Amino acid sequence: MTTANATPVTRVATRARFTDLIAAEWLKTWSLRSTPWLYALGALAVVAFNAGTAYDHYKYWYQYDKGSQEFFVSHRLALVDAFTDNSALVLVLALAAIGAVSVTGEYGTGLIRTTFTAVPARRSVMAAKVLVLTAVTTVFGVLVAAASFASTRAILSGRGASVALGDPGTLQVLAASALLAPVAALAGLALGTVIRHTGTSIVACVVVLLLLPMILSDRRHLTAVLRHTLPFSAWDRLAGGALPQPRAALYPWSEAGAWTVYALWALVAGAVAVCAVHRRDQ
Amino acid sequence: MIEVNGLTKRYGGATAVDDLTFTVRPGEVTGFLGPNGAGKTTTLRMLLGLVEPTAGTATVRGRPFRDHPRGLRHVGALLDAGDVHGGRTARAHLAVLARSNGIPRARVDGILEEVGLAAAARRRVGGFSLGMRQRLGIATALLGDPPVLLFDEPLNGLDPEGVLWVRGLFRRLAAEGRTVFVSSHLMTEMEHTADRLVVIGRGALLAAESLRAFAARSNRLSVTVRTPDAADLTPLLTAEGASVSGDGDRLTVTGLPAERVGELALRHRVLLHELTSLGASLEEAFMELTADSVQYPAGDPR
Repeated sequence: MTTANATPVTRVATRARFTDLIAAEWLKTWSLRSTPWLYALGALAVVAFNAGTAYDHYKYWYQYDKGSQEFFVSHRLALVDAFTDNSALVLVLALAAIGAVSVTGEYGTGLIRTTFTAVPARRSVMAAKVLVLTAVTTVFGVLVAAASFASTRAILSGRGASVALGDPGTLQVLAASALLAPVAALAGLALGTVIRHTGTSIVACVVVLLLLPMILSDRRHLTAVLRHTLPFSAWDRLAGGALPQPRAALYPWSEAGAWTVYALWALVAGAVAVCAVHRRDQ
Repeated sequence: MIEVNGLTKRYGGATAVDDLTFTVRPGEVTGFLGPNGAGKTTTLRMLLGLVEPTAGTATVRGRPFRDHPRGLRHVGALLDAGDVHGGRTARAHLAVLARSNGIPRARVDGILEEVGLAAAARRRVGGFSLGMRQRLGIATALLGDPPVLLFDEPLNGLDPEGVLWVRGLFRRLAAEGRTVFVSSHLMTEMEHTADRLVVIGRGALLAAESLRAFAARSNRLSVTVRTPDAADLTPLLTAEGASVSGDGDRLTVTGLPAERVGELALRHRVLLHELTSLGASLEEAFMELTADSVQYPAGDPR
């Protein structure tokens, strides 16, 4: 009962192993030439923004007056350079797009039908996708945060203005920045799974993840509360809160609250991606 | 064995598939025919659990396909040759699918060899011709060595050599005892391949029977007769209920099979130079059957 010339496949009902799906998603991720390029370009942009800011401070250090220099050191502003707002924006945009495309790429090409025909357990496919994406983007986030910290520290140490890994607040900035990567990627994956169209998904990611935290004012109670539910605001709270004298906010919120926002976004986005495919016609 | 029972799919007010009931048996090639828009693809997608029926059931070997956590060992399907990511190589595409179903990696190279894509295994699918994509789609369907195979318009884009290969492949798969269900909108494609036919139009079942029975449906079965005694033969044929047209020694007879024409000629000692059944009868039967259900007829003013 086998076709000629080909290696036979055992007809015995093999157990459906979830690890097979994880391995398949892993192969799927890295068999596209665009994947390493997207990650490499994203990493380069993020690190370059941080190192560039640090280099600015290094280069124009002697144009600051004594008071400003002391303020920079005593307030550990090297932590701001270690992961700047601009880098965080770029990171969110790049990772949300990567997350969205990892599923809209399948919908756009029709591959999703081949995938779900090969594996009718659709939720398992999506769960494997969520896990592989989370693992890859977490490693990416850690590497990018580490590279940003190392490069900015090397640059600013030339002016005696750097912070060490063990200094208070450093690990919090790095952890918040590193974990922003998987949170953004999972949000992108969830939006991509629901919307199923690449362009529209990326616009939705930009609106939800980048535009909303900018237009929601933190000077009114309602909008401030809404703003505090967004991952970019949570990053801002965690990175800003790591400084010795954080900015005073009209409606303050706790760091634990900000970490919870991260966790909830990751969990809800993962759940949406897994559940959205089950009932829908493909 | 594929069993479809009262299968119906409605999209809003439009009915794509309307109360279809038929079975597809193992060991045979069954053609799934219908004009464009008849509901063939929707039916196949419902069989594969990709589309949820509004009503009715579709089972493969007694179970809804979606009950299987992994599909490739149960049903192999080629729905659309374009359902691949152009950025992957043929081998990577199959390797991902094989891995997800726990199929040994060695099978991938074997199957690429079998469909004639061994030389293109490391090329990206985006650069493939439609014919090569069809071969990759067929490789995908065969990957899990499944007992049931579904193909949606598999001959599109294949060159004549490819068409012959696919026909031989389908015959062989059926001879191995597998269920082979092949959709097409062209009768001529099925004529040399299928043992049985399931014909639908506007989502509804028009016929489910053997190829031979289907051919006999045509009320325009025609036979060409060449004889020097046309004037003697014509009244004998019309007396039997046939209609005869033609000029000189060449007659076109409809309504009588060639065997009967030959018998009459022999009994009345009429000399025949030629007696030919016209092979277009299947096509005509198909056209007649689906004439009322063609969704997008050419030249139809809208």
